[in-house]
Amino acid sequence: MPHSVSPTGAAQTDDEMPDAPPAETSTGNSGVKLADMFDDDDDDEFPASSAPDVNMKEEPAPAPSGVDQDIMLAFYQRLFPFRYLFQWLNHGIVPTKDFGNREFALTLQNDAYLRYQSYPTADLFRKDILRMNPSRFEIGPVYSTNPRDRKTLRGGQMKPVSKELVFDIDLTDYDDIRTCCVKANICAKCWSFVTMAIKVIDTALREDFGFEHILWVYSGRRGAHAWVCDPRARNLPDDRRRAIAGYLEILRGGSQSGKKVNVKRPLHPHIVRSLELLKHDFARTTLGDQDTFESAEQAERLLALLPDKNLNESLRKKWDSSPGRASTSKWADIDSLAKTGKSSTLNPATLRDAKQDIVLEYTYPRLDAEVSKKMIHLLKSPFVIHPGTGRICVPIDPHKAEEFDPLSVPTVMNLLAEIDEYDAKHPAGTAEADVAEVEGSAMNGSDTKGSRKLQDYEKTSLKPYIEFFRSFIAGLVKEERAGKRERDESGPGIKADPMEF
Amino acid sequence: MIRQDAHRIDPKRRAVIDHKKRQFAVPIYKQQEYPHRLNFYETPPTAEITLEQFEQWAIDRLKILAEIEACSYRNKSPAETATYITPLLQKFLPLSSNTSSSNGANDSRLKNERQKDHYSHFILRLAFSATEDLRRRFARAETMLFRFRFQNDDSREKRAFIDSLSLDWEPVSDFERTEVAESLASSTPGLRRVDEETWYKVDWEKVPELIEKRSVYLKKGKAYVPGREQLSMIMAEFTARLERALELTSRALPRLDEDDRLTPILNHLSKNFGSAESVYSEGEGYVDGAPITASSIDQLAQQHFPLCMKSLHGNLRKNNHLKHFGRLQYTLFLKGIGLSLEECILFWRQSFKGKTDDEFNSQYKYNIRHAYGEVGGDVNRRGKGYTPYSCQKILGDSNPGIGQTHGCPYRHFSVDNLVGFLQATGVNDKETLRGVREDVGKQRYHIACNRVFESTHKNEIKKVKEDGTWSQTDLDTIVHPNTYFKRSFLLKQMARAPKDS
Repeated sequence: MPHSVSPTGAAQTDDEMPDAPPAETSTGNSGVKLADMFDDDDDDEFPASSAPDVNMKEEPAPAPSGVDQDIMLAFYQRLFPFRYLFQWLNHGIVPTKDFGNREFALTLQNDAYLRYQSYPTADLFRKDILRMNPSRFEIGPVYSTNPRDRKTLRGGQMKPVSKELVFDIDLTDYDDIRTCCVKANICAKCWSFVTMAIKVIDTALREDFGFEHILWVYSGRRGAHAWVCDPRARNLPDDRRRAIAGYLEILRGGSQSGKKVNVKRPLHPHIVRSLELLKHDFARTTLGDQDTFESAEQAERLLALLPDKNLNESLRKKWDSSPGRASTSKWADIDSLAKTGKSSTLNPATLRDAKQDIVLEYTYPRLDAEVSKKMIHLLKSPFVIHPGTGRICVPIDPHKAEEFDPLSVPTVMNLLAEIDEYDAKHPAGTAEADVAEVEGSAMNGSDTKGSRKLQDYEKTSLKPYIEFFRSFIAGLVKEERAGKRERDESGPGIKADPMEF
Repeated sequence: MIRQDAHRIDPKRRAVIDHKKRQFAVPIYKQQEYPHRLNFYETPPTAEITLEQFEQWAIDRLKILAEIEACSYRNKSPAETATYITPLLQKFLPLSSNTSSSNGANDSRLKNERQKDHYSHFILRLAFSATEDLRRRFARAETMLFRFRFQNDDSREKRAFIDSLSLDWEPVSDFERTEVAESLASSTPGLRRVDEETWYKVDWEKVPELIEKRSVYLKKGKAYVPGREQLSMIMAEFTARLERALELTSRALPRLDEDDRLTPILNHLSKNFGSAESVYSEGEGYVDGAPITASSIDQLAQQHFPLCMKSLHGNLRKNNHLKHFGRLQYTLFLKGIGLSLEECILFWRQSFKGKTDDEFNSQYKYNIRHAYGEVGGDVNRRGKGYTPYSCQKILGDSNPGIGQTHGCPYRHFSVDNLVGFLQATGVNDKETLRGVREDVGKQRYHIACNRVFESTHKNEIKKVKEDGTWSQTDLDTIVHPNTYFKRSFLLKQMARAPKDS
């Protein structure tokens, strides 16, 4: 088993892309593109029954990103933060039911889909993942009993008892308002929609609902997931989850329903605050970067959202006479023409409301609400590799959401190359690290006090992400411990963190 | 959600005895006091009552609950229900407010009333905790009773009662209210002035409907709820606690078997409650001497069937087929009017013209025999199959999907289709059709159906009323398709053979 892959090797596999998926040429635009099969929106509760089945027939070869089984295994062996993932889901160091009864669902290399996997400890978890070498895995709820025992139980005995409250934002939902890319593609321009969504949702969850432990994770291609980990959020029953989803959902209706935003006046404080957050983004992104209303078709859509016929007439006349007029100017035209008082029927308040609605329609987060409503919904784990892009699903710091650039997120090939590079420069460290790894998860805390052995991830650009994750877990575990202290007086003993590496 | 202490057994109820003497001691409970008219039924009664009281009190309460349930089945408005229930309550289960007596809560009459209310509630809990269905209905009826009493309560006593519940509601101070006044005003629909209301801060999980509609101000996980939402919160709390308590009771129930005096009474009580829903009892739909055979159905359908069955019959004749739920609904109805199993099989055999004998025997015959209790499990056979569906069941069951024809036309047809169908069946009276439209708009489907019945049997009804052969109770609201048939059949019979009786 090669434990890493040379940079050249990675590049080669990258180049193989064109001939890899036969589906793309054969099915044409029927939408069964390989990239879509591996997509990162997990809105299907039982993905095994749908997409992967189709996929299995046509694509046993490596995915377009060049992530093959060896690379995947090397990643799990050397880089994947099993221990932190364990601590995150376990809410502490000593293995509990929070982790032991948690469902994992593995997508294997042959695209078989294994549900109801569970692991009592971090070590067994790691061992099994290495053995199965899944192309990705998802996290489900904590059940009332061990999910592996489900078949020995009578029907209805195994009930989901808790799971993080999750949110899913996917740029494909923005296709009708982004002009730069479509489908699975993204660029820095349209990523700003996700940034906006993170800001708005994060603020609402913290200020309105009082949640504190919200982990945002890049989904690997064109979206982001939020995991709300507060105990109060984890234990919410489905109807309360639905309530939150409803509270946050402002855009309603499908492609044919016309105006998507219909909010009551006066505006709810949550909407007022969101508008405040989004105002500038609207000017910068929708009017500037995207130049959304530049095309005649989109301009017509804009007009459809405005309330006054006479005003629309004059706007249409003006815009028809100067084709290609920039969105910023068009947006400004609305007010300037309204001010001329040409339209006698125009009500300034209605126009203001309509403009607010438009800002919301073009910037307010578009959530895949179904994901949030059900406790049993599975969502892809943080830090797994997106098979389509090879990028790691790294956490996003919501306070620095603007700085996050999805295109510079490390890919697994980069990372493995970085290890090699580092090891080449520091030959002494290599052997040691290898020993530690070969021995699996044996802890090496005591004997390395003086010169602590470097973990492989610390040699790479994954380091800041894992450290962010670690500090997130620390905050979560601290609160959890404070809550348990009354019952559990042995608390201080735990402080010497045996899992620290 | 609720302060933890509410669940603990009140310390005063524990027998505080020297532990050495405990094994010989009889537990001594403090007598319940009833300072408030209303009761959340948190503490079970402990005093002794006679067996007669046990039975009588339970029966009295059961009468009330059954009437309340019947009112809701008949879609009576709250005002109609109130006028109907008030005299009954006065008779069977009076509950006076403190102000009604000069002695206040110390009056022995009030004490007795409250004791009866308290004890009867707990007796019925025992009787109705056995099955999921009974629990649900009991909780529903009790909640309606509680709501009714709560609304009629004196406002001062109401407040005192709420305070005594120690719900986790924190009143919003005047200072805080002015601080967030603007947010309160903009997030609470239908509010005129912020300072007119008393505001409470509650955990948002308690008011999920308000959250989902975004019609409440939310800050750091606390919802700011105006006083007028109090009722719905109290109701939610009442139902939640009762459901939980019933669940616990049902688990404790098996241990009650030891007492052979109570079990028969309880069984009897729960059986009586059953009759409220299916007003239909075995043989009720039968008409003696009526020639009901497979060949007479066509004629009977035209003359005497309610609209739902006419619709099914029409569809059957048109398509020579009915889907599963339609077949079931219709078969049971036919069984209810006295069609024998052999005739029923013959009827379906003849109706399914496109099917061969083999197909019919293998696909359909079993279901018919099952519905009649000829085949199937022991329970099914002993119970002689299923009971014919009541209006409640037909209205409440799943809506018919594409191609399905079961259900209630008043409920499941669009108004225009309904009126068209009514006209096609010979209901052309403008006044009646207008009434039907109105009833359906108000979701009073029973009323609409009864209106049509009264219209189509106008002359007969007038006649029997004049004769005095039928009293008002014989012409009570129809809530079962089989009642519809029987009454229609008998009325025509009477008209045809006048002055025989």
